[in-house]
Amino acid sequence: MLYFQLFVTFLKIGIFGFGGGYAMISLIQTEVVNNHGWITSAQFADIIAISQVTPGPIAINSATYIGYTATGSVWGSALATLGVCAPSLVIMLVASRFYLKMKDNPYVAQVMKSLRPVVIGLILAAALLLLTPDNFIDWKSYLIFGGVLIAAVRKVSPIILIVLAGFAGWLVY
Amino acid sequence: MSRHWLTMFLSFFKIGCFTFGGGYAMIPIIQKEVIDKRHWVGKEEFINLMAVAQSAPGPMAVNVSIMVGYKIFRTRGAVAAFLGTVLPSFIILLLVAVFFSRIYEDPTVNSIFKGMRPAVVALILQPVFAFAKGMKYWEYGVFAAIAGAIWAGLSPIWFIAGGIVAGVAYTYWKSNRLSRQ
Repeated sequence: MLYFQLFVTFLKIGIFGFGGGYAMISLIQTEVVNNHGWITSAQFADIIAISQVTPGPIAINSATYIGYTATGSVWGSALATLGVCAPSLVIMLVASRFYLKMKDNPYVAQVMKSLRPVVIGLILAAALLLLTPDNFIDWKSYLIFGGVLIAAVRKVSPIILIVLAGFAGWLVY
Repeated sequence: MSRHWLTMFLSFFKIGCFTFGGGYAMIPIIQKEVIDKRHWVGKEEFINLMAVAQSAPGPMAVNVSIMVGYKIFRTRGAVAAFLGTVLPSFIILLLVAVFFSRIYEDPTVNSIFKGMRPAVVALILQPVFAFAKGMKYWEYGVFAAIAGAIWAGLSPIWFIAGGIVAGVAYTYWKSNRLSRQ
């Protein structure tokens, strides 16, 4: 029963999780901490902290972690992750098919064109929202920021830059 | 151009392993891999795919991966890209949940992440420069204003809805004008 509830709850989060990772956090918190009590509020804060130091979208990270913590089993973890991802897969398969068929339709083409500045605005907003004292703790942070920005614009691989920045952090902090 | 779905799985698996800092941190890495290296989609088309992915529920980076996969290898490619993006996150979080649930308190892990965090912000900014290249000046104004409004707390949904309405209205107006000539 717990496994079924876990799956359905994360399925619901996957269906109604508009607006990406951070917008999903409050949805996950309401369901998992307040409605079901699978984990405590302090454990939820731990998950956010863990998501900061592990790769991947935060919605998937928390599904995997909460699924395991709530059931103590790998299957719980897998079911919660599947639940949160399944709506994406189904919806995007339909959306991709629709997009490829309709992209030359004048209405769809113009909507895509109009959405372009919105998409770039969203990326810029994501960067602006991360300009916080948590991420920039001293002048060395700005030095790393500047160096990585210049290197990234000159097409150095982002993966190499992430690894180098982590190494720099290990050396100076 | 590599045309095998296994290549697609491995590409997205690599992307999934290095995307610290949430969905938007995936964009520069996806961009590098699928536009610059593999040439699976062009720059403009990638922005289109992001627009669709943004408008759908679920993690944006997962949605973008599915669309890129579908575009190249149809359903098989979509599933390969999807599994590639999700599996690293699943495996790593499972290991953390089972063995190291206090990993974020480790001082070495902490100093590594102090170095990575400002780097992630810079990496998220880079696609803004890449995508904005070749845009008109008023478009710069539009996306800067949108970014400011979202930063101030407005929901992105309004701007996506606004873009859709503007696109439909403009096309309707244009086709009406053409038919009158």
